[in-house]
Amino acid sequence: MSTLFSARDVTVKFGGLVAVDALSFDISEGTITGLIGPNGSGKTTFFNAVTGLCRLAGGSISIGGQDISGLLSREVYGKGITRTFQRSRLCLSLSVFDNVMIGRQNGLPFGLLDNLVRRRRFRKELVGHHHRVAGLLNTFSESLAQRIFEPLHSLNMIDRRRIEVCRALIAEPKLLLLDEPSAGMTPDETQEFMDDILKVRANNPRMSIIIIEHEMELMQRVAEHCIVLNHGRKVSEGTFDDVVSDPWVQEAYLGEA
Amino acid sequence: MSVLRFWPSLAILALAAIWTLCLLLAEDQWMIWSALAVAAVAIPAAMRTGAGAGLGAALNESGRFFALLISALIVMIALVIHDGHYPLMMLASVLIYGLVCIGLTIQFGYAGVINFAGAAFFGIGGYTAAVLGTSGVPSLLIVLLGGVIAALIGGFIILPILRTRGHYSALITIAFGLLFQIFLEVNETLGGPQGLKVEGAAIAGWSLLDGISLAGYDASFYLNYVLLIAAIFTAVFILTRNLERSWIGINLDAVREDAIGASVFGINVTAWRIFAFMLGNFVIGIAGALFAMMQNFIAPSNFSFSDSLLMLSIIVIGGIGNLWALLPAAIIVILIPEKLQEIGEYRILIFSVLVALMLRFRPTGLFPRPVRQFKREVEQ
Repeated sequence: MSTLFSARDVTVKFGGLVAVDALSFDISEGTITGLIGPNGSGKTTFFNAVTGLCRLAGGSISIGGQDISGLLSREVYGKGITRTFQRSRLCLSLSVFDNVMIGRQNGLPFGLLDNLVRRRRFRKELVGHHHRVAGLLNTFSESLAQRIFEPLHSLNMIDRRRIEVCRALIAEPKLLLLDEPSAGMTPDETQEFMDDILKVRANNPRMSIIIIEHEMELMQRVAEHCIVLNHGRKVSEGTFDDVVSDPWVQEAYLGEA
Repeated sequence: MSVLRFWPSLAILALAAIWTLCLLLAEDQWMIWSALAVAAVAIPAAMRTGAGAGLGAALNESGRFFALLISALIVMIALVIHDGHYPLMMLASVLIYGLVCIGLTIQFGYAGVINFAGAAFFGIGGYTAAVLGTSGVPSLLIVLLGGVIAALIGGFIILPILRTRGHYSALITIAFGLLFQIFLEVNETLGGPQGLKVEGAAIAGWSLLDGISLAGYDASFYLNYVLLIAAIFTAVFILTRNLERSWIGINLDAVREDAIGASVFGINVTAWRIFAFMLGNFVIGIAGALFAMMQNFIAPSNFSFSDSLLMLSIIVIGGIGNLWALLPAAIIVILIPEKLQEIGEYRILIFSVLVALMLRFRPTGLFPRPVRQFKREVEQ
């Protein structure tokens, strides 16, 4: 399998604090990689660095052989990387449909004439996109697809997560970053959400996923490859079984020495 | 739309039109107070019934149809009044302020860019009309230029606004509004504090200052202005509704709700804020040019900071981001105080209290903006 994404010596500093310290790893096309580590180990900061939300102090990031370090958030999106957030960044006052369509910047016309005047054409596009969004929602749950025009604030936590994933998927990214998707969910919901992630993977065989997660059970089920961080440094890498048998990880993270 | 929803909706709008007509023509203070009492009971009651909810849903799903219907009702009101200068001027003022608030809605309601200098951009449109009035440029082109110049000047002050956050950007617009008024007062070529005379509008060689007189039907020249302004208001309203219900509208909402989230999904937040600010000022400038032509005379005192606040209070009282709420709110803010001479100088005080109560107890306004709905489009 070919390498899709690689991080080389990625370093992020907040003042004197080194949040991510010379982190390097590669990701192959079509794989799920888990990013594990205690709170404050730099996982989310790494995602923010990839998506242009914080500046690199050193190192480089590339996707498909193209260097993307230092690009603006919206430019990173253009290179085929989308993400979800640990604390949802959905628009609560908008409908499910609107929220998902926010992710579709790469496939919509934004000319004034196309939007204000050529309404018949707009309607045609709308019907097409409604079909796509409903299809995406349907892979998660049928009842969610029924609620496509309901306001987001009427949805429960797991459905909001699903909408976030749909918003990230509708752009057809090459790489999807999931930032602790189980946060705030009940154990049952987390189980359900695992199935969702596996479904997403089955439907998008070429897309790669990096997932940040505390739930080790979830990691074990979905991640083919794991990277363990501590204080911004990579301390272990390999399959889930490899990393959990690593003595350092057992002691420091799992507490099962 | 189902028949069940259509007729009650039409009935409510017709009653609202009759009510507005009565208010415009009422002369005795007791008539005005009773009209207000009727509204205070009827509006909340209607909003609780199925018919009111049906109208709300119909308005949310419709673009053109109800806008044209409402503009037809406005034309009917104007034709019934026909020779009353004062009520027609009041009706035109309501429409002009409604137009201004379409611009503010694009800026603040959609993109979340606050503008405390509405009156300044209104004034830029007005002074453009005053300066170009005698140059032989066709009136409608002058109106358009008023909008263009307001948008361009707004294009300069948006730059510091984008570099600051929250309250600071609000302060910049306040400063601009105050500076603009002072600039007019000291600028002799623009007439200083005395202001400028403005040429009335003329369309195809016919001056709107000549009232129509047909076989015993004499109309005030203000009727001409009401018709012109209503036509422009309706066109801008329909286009703005289309904007709201388009991919651009979704992007503007995303920029307002969460700029960081929007930028991660490829939205150019800065570009959309500039777009909304300039487009809004374009609409406000158009309204200013129309106002100046109708008034025939403008002075710096027409474009003060308190006018900017009045404009913003319309969108706050109506419901931020809800275009359908603008005309009712403009009636409350512009027309009712004008009619209630009894309250006289307490007007501003009463308004301040009203806006404060509104922000405290019903911050989404009298008619809150509903969630964007595309059900009708995708089901047909």
